[in-house]
Amino acid sequence: MSHSEGTPKDVLVYAEYIDGKVHPVTYELLSKGRELADKLGGSLISAIIGYGPSKYSEDLIWSGADKVFVYEFDEDVKPDVLLHKDVLVNLINEIKPKIVLFGATPWGRTLAPRVAVALRTGLTADCLDIYIDENGDVIQVRPAFTGNIIAHIKTITTPVMTTIRYKVFKPLSKDKSRKGQVIIRKIDKAHLMSKERPFEILGKVKEKEVNIADAEIIVAGGRGLKRKEDLKILEELANLLGGVVGVSRPLVDSGWCSKDRQVGFSGNIVKPKIYIACGISGSPQHLAGMKDSKIIISINIDPSAPIIRYSDLAVVGDLYEIVPKLIEELKKLRR
Amino acid sequence: MKIIVLIKPTPNIEKVRFDVERGVVDRSSAELEINPFDLHAIEAAVRIKERFGGTVISLSMAPPNAVNALRDAIARGVDRAILLSDKRFAGADTLATSYTLASAIRKLGDFDLIICGEKSVDGDTGQVGPEVAELLGIPHASYVVDVKEVSKDSITVVSDLGNAYYLVRLKLPALISVTKEVNVPRKPKLKDVLRARKAKIEIWDADSLKDLIDMDRIGLKGSATRVVKAYYALEKGRRGVIVKGDEGIQKILEILKSEGMI
Repeated sequence: MSHSEGTPKDVLVYAEYIDGKVHPVTYELLSKGRELADKLGGSLISAIIGYGPSKYSEDLIWSGADKVFVYEFDEDVKPDVLLHKDVLVNLINEIKPKIVLFGATPWGRTLAPRVAVALRTGLTADCLDIYIDENGDVIQVRPAFTGNIIAHIKTITTPVMTTIRYKVFKPLSKDKSRKGQVIIRKIDKAHLMSKERPFEILGKVKEKEVNIADAEIIVAGGRGLKRKEDLKILEELANLLGGVVGVSRPLVDSGWCSKDRQVGFSGNIVKPKIYIACGISGSPQHLAGMKDSKIIISINIDPSAPIIRYSDLAVVGDLYEIVPKLIEELKKLRR
Repeated sequence: MKIIVLIKPTPNIEKVRFDVERGVVDRSSAELEINPFDLHAIEAAVRIKERFGGTVISLSMAPPNAVNALRDAIARGVDRAILLSDKRFAGADTLATSYTLASAIRKLGDFDLIICGEKSVDGDTGQVGPEVAELLGIPHASYVVDVKEVSKDSITVVSDLGNAYYLVRLKLPALISVTKEVNVPRKPKLKDVLRARKAKIEIWDADSLKDLIDMDRIGLKGSATRVVKAYYALEKGRRGVIVKGDEGIQKILEILKSEGMI
């Protein structure tokens, strides 16, 4: 177990908890955090903040944490970036971890920069890996230049702070025999209502049409589609496979589709098991959003399209012939 | 309303060449332009100015050759463009960059709103905006997809928090970082392009901030991170099997089977 004196060697994982749910990236961070803490000879600590999160404390321990700090509100308040920042800054000053991990989710990337600057430490964004090198330095691996460059980055301040992309690491399988320490700290209403809050969530406007980052199979369409209605063909294929439809940016720009389905650097960065790109040429911006998919299949009429080179299987042909035939075959298999 | 827009001059990512051996960007291969995400920040600022009056000041930190990109900002409705440029600023990570920008904002005095793009096409971090907000002690909202309401003392926006879109109210002064969904930037008019050609871009060096900054917190010296190595990510690709027509369908079915999807 850890002690606060001496060289920092603990790892802190911020458990993202919004709307009563723990974001699945949290369990992936715990898995990597476990490995790093073991290597550093420290403990894996997790912090969770919100209304009613204590029900997840065991879950965090089963998933790898040695100690969980639960910051509990006595009423249902929406997440407040300034309040979460204050809580984390205080906790980090108290427990002095070597590494702090956040998910590179919209919320993680909203919160982590404020915490890092408040602590005057380095923060590395949207990492694909983090490791300890032969000198004992913590190195973070991240894409830059719209995914064209991969950089290995060392942080020379403490703690090392990192946001890590969703679906990069595998969560540990839950071990219900694992034991750990749970420390519950109440945050009372007075603290929240004492003054007008500079940051306040007034309510939910709308849910995402689809959480494309969660999909195991994505059937994506691009400029090769001639009409908006033709997205239905892709939808049929996606439905047969239990996947979802994604699109490249031009289709969002022409109003065919909601941004929730956009795959690419300025849309969603995805990592499904299978990505089927239909009529997508593969601009650098699009590749940056899907090139880490496990298997990439492309269907494109142009054999010189860039997507071909980034595919495990490139089918050269007209998507209007190939996709319906594929649908036919899948239906036959179902019968 | 006094609105500050943070603009990062970046190489055009479609044109820029990569030094594949060294894993770096050949900076001479593409001119600096306004980071595409920041065009939406400028547009958001100009729209607020059009409704409420006031000024839009842009702030950038870049080498001197960023001046043309900032003329473009003026053509798009920025009233005053400031370029922080000094060798001492070079090599800055997001910590040193946000510190430098926040110090320059302090020099500009009181303001109502800061707007920036969600991230840049070169750094890809999206960290500088929230970091500037923290340094200035003001609230911020990231991934803003819509500006709903602006009043004398608050701004209400729709922000993507991941699971859903939320209505967020920030007390002014505040910072918002906007996505490409927030608006469609106008093309500058010819007369504005011509006017911008003659516009003065103010250049501020480190000395011009000397009463406001600790020189140890800028540039590489003030940075908490170091690049250990870098390499080109897209060189090899996957170069898998290329097939035609019906054979392709059979191959797709094979993959779906082997992955347990059918």
